[in-house]
Amino acid sequence: MTSAPGYNFAYLDEQTKRMIRRAILKAVAIPGYQVPFGSREMPLPYGWGTGGIQVTAAVIGPEDRLKVIDQGADDTTNAVSIRRFFARTAGVATTERTAAATVIQTRHRIPETPLSEGQILVYQVPIPEPLRWLEPRETETRKMHALADYGAMHVKLYEDIARFGRIATTYDYPVLVNGRYLMRPSPIPKFDNPKMNMNPALQLFGAGREKRIYAVPPYTPVKSLDFEDHPFEIQSWDQACALCGGTDSFLDEVVTDDRGGRIYVCSDTHHCATRRDAVQEAAE
Amino acid sequence: MNPLLTVSGLTRMYGNRVGCRDVSFELWPGGVMGIVGESGSGKSTLLSCLSARLEPTAGRVLYDTREDGPVDIYAMGEPRRRMLMRTDWGIVHQNPRDGLRMGVSAGANVGERLMAVGARHYGEIRAQADDWLRKVEIDGERIDDLPLTFSGGMLQRLQIARNLVTHPRLVFMDEPTGGLDVSVQARLLDLLRRLVTDLGLAAIIVTHDLAVARLLAHRLMVMRRGEVVETGLTDQVLDDPHHPYTQLLVSSVLQP
Repeated sequence: MTSAPGYNFAYLDEQTKRMIRRAILKAVAIPGYQVPFGSREMPLPYGWGTGGIQVTAAVIGPEDRLKVIDQGADDTTNAVSIRRFFARTAGVATTERTAAATVIQTRHRIPETPLSEGQILVYQVPIPEPLRWLEPRETETRKMHALADYGAMHVKLYEDIARFGRIATTYDYPVLVNGRYLMRPSPIPKFDNPKMNMNPALQLFGAGREKRIYAVPPYTPVKSLDFEDHPFEIQSWDQACALCGGTDSFLDEVVTDDRGGRIYVCSDTHHCATRRDAVQEAAE
Repeated sequence: MNPLLTVSGLTRMYGNRVGCRDVSFELWPGGVMGIVGESGSGKSTLLSCLSARLEPTAGRVLYDTREDGPVDIYAMGEPRRRMLMRTDWGIVHQNPRDGLRMGVSAGANVGERLMAVGARHYGEIRAQADDWLRKVEIDGERIDDLPLTFSGGMLQRLQIARNLVTHPRLVFMDEPTGGLDVSVQARLLDLLRRLVTDLGLAAIIVTHDLAVARLLAHRLMVMRRGEVVETGLTDQVLDDPHHPYTQLLVSSVLQP
């Protein structure tokens, strides 16, 4: 496949890509540290993945194979349009198979299939600053990062337990990267937090509106914050996926009618489809 | 034994205008120093300079740290100063809304300092918060209520609990009873006096209310136009004022 005429490879001009790559290199060198970068206008609105798309454009090459997911699904509007965007402007091959992809851009999920060395996972980040709810001043949050002054972050978790009896934060759960920087993992469910720890793939985070890039290099410890007597836990369900029968993946609740009917299905569509195929093959 | 706080030649200028000029004094452990004066006399500027929130133009503030003895608070590194501010020191603001986190519960407000210095056991943090709420006479049942639902006097007491939870040795108070009605003031003063005595706290209290100063402070500094005009034991200064300004200040108090 060749790219559309009139566009530079992967939409962004080479100078911009170089600038973003410099930011990415710095981010990889200091795991969890938010590197400012000159975010560009992209042909999609803020909040739809302008940060992720710029990071992807900067790291993707002609030989790469791209997968884009939105809430775990390959077939939602955001995923389809970003995948088509790169298919047109970069002419790269695309896939829905997690294992076959070299670059995966994601919104709100980490694929269920374990990632491997050489893969790059690009997250779309709405608000990169984990301390923002606590401290509205940017000068102060930067100082807190510089001094690793993160104790007050537990106030949020304390508040959860005081109100709900458990840590009720379910997504965008704060993590400590490499024992140093506090990081917002973008709005992934906390179910996915353990997958970030010592992951063999390179994880890049791009926030377009806030103009920040940060990264978790391969095999970096990522620890979710918790209390000694209220340890970190991931979500669990008492149902299995209604489509594939899986019990080990993150489930979405889907309302099926207006009489209270609802089912639970895997949020990772590729994972669900693979399991269903395997079940079918076994039956045949 | 060293003085807890040694202040020498402390000056803070705002351009050509004087915030406070050439203030020197010593504060010993367990001592309570009152700073009185009319509004605009530099009391709050002085307090900010003393409590490491406003860098002075000249002069030094030495604090007797537990580990290394007297250290200049503006020469030590930022992390150390922050640590000091949330362990060894307490700062009680005039408006409790400045010193509290209004969006989180009373318990979290009290526990924040503990978590900031590394407490990671929810049950223990909560038990301590509960204990301190009781000590400042706030009903333990209100531990999960937001400070927004508290009255002015309760907010001020909550702020005090939040500051004392790490067992500080030195507390800075800026008009702790400002904006409270007299009966609440009286109870707060009783509470403060008891806590200061029981815990052996040293305190620096800024106030324009001479009655508060007489009740709480051992020593008094009278400020006018940024300079200390008179200093001495509280009773001595209030009963036998020497400086004309102090005489004016003392005679201005209404006798009911």
